Amino acid sequence: MWDALQFDFIRNALLAGILVSISCGIVGSLVVVNRIVFISGGIAHAAYGGIGLAFFTGISPTLGAGLFSIAVSMIMAAVSFKNRHRADTFIGVIWAVGMALGIILIDMTPGYNVDLISYLFGSILAVPESDIFFMVPLDIIIVLSVVILYKELLAMSYDEEFAFIAGIPVRLLYFSLLGMTALCVVMVIRVVGLILVIALLTIPPYIAEKYTGSLGKMMALACLLGILFTVSGLWLSFNYNLTSGATIVMVAAVAFFISQAFEMIKKRYKA
Amino acid sequence: MGPDAVQVKDVSFSYDRTAILQDITFTLKQGDFLGIIGPNGGGKTTLLKLMLGILAPDKGEIIVLGKAPHDAKHRIGYVPQYTDFNLRFPVSAIDIVLMGRLRRSLIGRPYSRNDRIKAEEALDRVGMGVFRQAHIGELSGGQRQRVFIARALASEPEIFFLDEPTAGIDPYFETDLFSFLKELNKDATIVVVTHDIGVISSNVKSVACVNHTMIFHEQGKITREMIDMAYQCPVDLVAHGVPHRVFPDHREQ
Repeated sequence: MWDALQFDFIRNALLAGILVSISCGIVGSLVVVNRIVFISGGIAHAAYGGIGLAFFTGISPTLGAGLFSIAVSMIMAAVSFKNRHRADTFIGVIWAVGMALGIILIDMTPGYNVDLISYLFGSILAVPESDIFFMVPLDIIIVLSVVILYKELLAMSYDEEFAFIAGIPVRLLYFSLLGMTALCVVMVIRVVGLILVIALLTIPPYIAEKYTGSLGKMMALACLLGILFTVSGLWLSFNYNLTSGATIVMVAAVAFFISQAFEMIKKRYKA
Repeated sequence: MGPDAVQVKDVSFSYDRTAILQDITFTLKQGDFLGIIGPNGGGKTTLLKLMLGILAPDKGEIIVLGKAPHDAKHRIGYVPQYTDFNLRFPVSAIDIVLMGRLRRSLIGRPYSRNDRIKAEEALDRVGMGVFRQAHIGELSGGQRQRVFIARALASEPEIFFLDEPTAGIDPYFETDLFSFLKELNKDATIVVVTHDIGVISSNVKSVACVNHTMIFHEQGKITREMIDMAYQCPVDLVAHGVPHRVFPDHREQ
């Protein structure tokens, strides 16, 4: 591992992994407690439509995906705000349409053949330094907004109706939460791929939820777990010559199943 | 005494084109203690959500403390119906009670010292002071319900709305709760939704029975009509002073 650190691309990959884990740990905790995992999956996949659009029109893929997924997230927020549990069909449709649109637009782009797999699993080992500079302010924005709006976000996540009666602008907060999810997804999609975004958005918070007593601690533990998974996944992929994004997902998945098994055993002993 | 606590005029509400409530009219004075009974699915919770401003009526008007429900929200305390709602959520009893202070604190600022003191007082008042740091999932149903009542208390409201506060909780809690509510009623108006007629009759000042339409009785008498409406079939009212349950327990949506 230490030998590996002398390579710039490994240092960048580690830094990117850590920065991604922080934003995913925080936004992911909100996604998990608000039960909008499916919606965030929809945003992540629909973002592919934005990447296609960017190649077709010749703008930067990050900008294309950014604008497109923010638009998609606002549509999803509007559809799901009133009826969170009945909106899943519509979300599934946008999910599929976004990806299909992306693929067709890339087909129609002359002389350009982008590999879909690189957007699914990303290429963390090819993260340029410029992307890192891009991710630092994003992390700062996410951390700051969650710190400032912590009690309002907590109240909305726990009991939206009560928060509404207490005068919290829940609609605005819900739209911002989905907007924040879109931002988080887009910024990291190029780096680690949309599958890894969803894995990092859901697995560390899900494990963290079991061992923490407050949303803030859940976010902190989710960030640490995310960092642990990305760093150890990178180490494994480097040593065994495996695809890095997929290896990180597998590490997270193994931890997920271990924690599930642990809980089952604990329950059995209690009973 | 100021304006009436709640005025409901000709209110109708439908959901997905199914009429839930039709032409509801009643006035509740401040200091009253209203019990709302009725069959499951009859629209009790809907009526409550209309008064809270969570839902808007299709027709008619609702005035709470002389204002639109939206503008009176900050003077209302709400104890929603919880069954086994979100037990995994990482939140402690005191965190939940603090939510009752939200409207009195600024958005984007942490809770003040005063907010924390009020929240702890509210928890003490419902006898849950020792559980302040307990995770919500570790508490029993009755203890959780106390926490939610403390949350409403912490907001220092003029009207309390409680939706099925005793559903699925042991009968001791029910007796305790109603004597506690009687105490609260000394300085606040109380509206409690329940499908348990037994506990209503001996505790409330007025009674309403909701099943699409509404029968309101200011003296708190449960009439034969109400019972028929509530259970949709004739019930022997005198039997042992307690009406039987005609329907087995089933949950409302």
